[in-house]
Amino acid sequence: MQISVSSVAEQRRKRSFWQSQAVMPWLLLAPAMLFFLVYVIAPIFQSLLYSFYEWDGIGEATWIGWANYEELFDDDRFYVSLKNNIVWLVLYMLAVPAGLAVALFLNQTMLGMRFYKSMFFFPFVISQVVVGLIFTWFYNPNFGIVGEIWRFFGAEPPSILGDEDLVTYGIIAAGLWPQIAYCMILYLTGLNNVSADQIEAGRLDNAKGWKMLWYIVLPQLWPATFLAIVVTVIGALRSFDMIAIMTQGGPYGSSNVLSYFMYETALSEYGFRMGYGSSIAVILFLIMLVFIGYFLRVMYKNERGGR
Amino acid sequence: MTTIKPLVGMSLAFAIASANAADLVINFDDPNPAPKAGFEAAVEAFKAANPDVNVIVNINDREAHKTAIRNFLSADAPDVTAWYPGNRMGPFVDAGQFEDISDLWASDTNLSTSFEAVKPTMTRDGKQWGVPYSYYQWGVYYRADLFAKYGISEPSNWDEMLGACDTLKENGVTPFTIGTKYLWTAAGVFDYLNLRTNGYDVHNGLTAGEIKYTDERIRNTFENWKVMLDRCSFVDNHATMSWQDALAPFAKGEAAMYVMGNFAVAGMKDAGLSEDQIDFFQFPEITPGVARAEEAPADAFFIPSKAKNKADARKFLSFIARPEIQAEWNKTLGQLPPNSKSEINSDDKFIRKGMQTVSTASGLAQFFDRDAPAEMAKAGMEGFQEFMIKPERMDAILKRLDKIQERVYK
Repeated sequence: MQISVSSVAEQRRKRSFWQSQAVMPWLLLAPAMLFFLVYVIAPIFQSLLYSFYEWDGIGEATWIGWANYEELFDDDRFYVSLKNNIVWLVLYMLAVPAGLAVALFLNQTMLGMRFYKSMFFFPFVISQVVVGLIFTWFYNPNFGIVGEIWRFFGAEPPSILGDEDLVTYGIIAAGLWPQIAYCMILYLTGLNNVSADQIEAGRLDNAKGWKMLWYIVLPQLWPATFLAIVVTVIGALRSFDMIAIMTQGGPYGSSNVLSYFMYETALSEYGFRMGYGSSIAVILFLIMLVFIGYFLRVMYKNERGGR
Repeated sequence: MTTIKPLVGMSLAFAIASANAADLVINFDDPNPAPKAGFEAAVEAFKAANPDVNVIVNINDREAHKTAIRNFLSADAPDVTAWYPGNRMGPFVDAGQFEDISDLWASDTNLSTSFEAVKPTMTRDGKQWGVPYSYYQWGVYYRADLFAKYGISEPSNWDEMLGACDTLKENGVTPFTIGTKYLWTAAGVFDYLNLRTNGYDVHNGLTAGEIKYTDERIRNTFENWKVMLDRCSFVDNHATMSWQDALAPFAKGEAAMYVMGNFAVAGMKDAGLSEDQIDFFQFPEITPGVARAEEAPADAFFIPSKAKNKADARKFLSFIARPEIQAEWNKTLGQLPPNSKSEINSDDKFIRKGMQTVSTASGLAQFFDRDAPAEMAKAGMEGFQEFMIKPERMDAILKRLDKIQERVYK
């Protein structure tokens, strides 16, 4: 008996050490932090370092200081990509109100609603590669639906993906399809939490239509809106799959964005300029940092305000 | 339990077998039916001749191979790997990752006597680095039935070519098809215009960075291209099509000609065209008196410098250079054997014409993207594509290419 009592006490002491507030959270965080450190933090600094070198990935790396950045700021392709990134950011934001509209439309009870909801959510489930391929066919002026529609009105169909002025908009339209579905699902869950009391109270005060939406529903949807904006901004900045599938940055680089430009320079068949690619990565990282910093600040404020 | 035992026994037996024989690991880069069959037949023949060598073959997709080679050469090197000659082997040669096999080229009489035509492209820094197993001609593939229908004969000079284009357009047929989504097809057209306008030395000077893009001679090439775009127009929408996509208008009879490599013939036949409907002519003369040079890219095998079994690897390279092996292999591939003593498949009219084309050429170019360094090639080909869509931007494009050239070749 004696022994077992002491061993229980021992166990308790042990448990209290492992379960103490100081140790346990770190222990649980450790695996995630380790991977975050190895696969996210370390590569950031590695890229930063490489961006000062000229290196083809196999031979000797030579220190060239700021030369990669000097070249970058003198590179037309960089400005084309930057401009396209901005176009992406602005137009991709359409996914947020469009997602809201679809969510409001679907937020009613009728027979088969679940089926319609899942149909609207479908584009988000399928791979971006498939979406890109489908839209490439849509846009084909010879056999695509775009060609059919134009010909129906007796017009010569445009080659959307072959025209430097249209190509980026064409790809964004394709990208919006799954992104709207994503925003829609965020809003649908948000709408579940809109309190019926407040709607009721608003009704008594004679609020309806737009006013009801703007003053009563939307403020309650702020968490969903915030999340939708965050995922859309990040989605726009890392748009890559669509471009790789639909145009490979073409025609002649006019649909490039920074992420694809970086890939092309560092890792594609004619690339393997690791240093130059890294300098593009660093610039893209700095741009993202502005947004991420803002989002973190908002979230931090919310957390504190919430308590 | 009973199912596991034999497996253990087998793997043990396998381990013993592979420990006794010398392993020879070969990485090949084309899983398409004909190239795979040709390669495997050659490997079987090698095995039969060298029963003591245990050959292990890895066949990877072409694009995947291009990326993977950078890893496996330093991490887990095979004993032999497929790769391309010209500037494409440059980075690996310069980084010391390919084995110098000049000794093999010197000691093997077959290699030293039957490969004169392609030896320069296998040479860098005065040494040889690989052994080519196949190459193929480029030129103009055309719809013979359409030409016959409109009474057009094979053009032998620039004016006849432009005349043929006029006739085709009058009849509602687009003269040329092309798909420039992946850019290199446009380089084929540029190379031919440049070779015919200025000749082989200017092609080499340009890709070696000795001639500027704004040079008068290169300008002339582009001026000729402008004429070609105008009178011999290409299919619309070519910037969104791959070379395979561009076969569709050709097969449907909407376009009549295609500047391409011989590998396209298989695709044309798959698209439903019969042997009589297609034919080949050499890209016609533009500047009279310029010696005719041709594009003839080769595929080759190399030994990584980290290979474990270099002795057998050399044996393999020397084996695949043999005339009868190259003859058989290229018969399967539908391409030309680099070994000048190999027999060719004379039943195939494209092979016959191709052999005639390359053997009488004054010089053989690899291709714009194999002769020029990668970065220049990429920028150049984007410029070609842009020019094809917006020819009025010629000056801006040439100036931009000059700027990039200055940096790349510094």
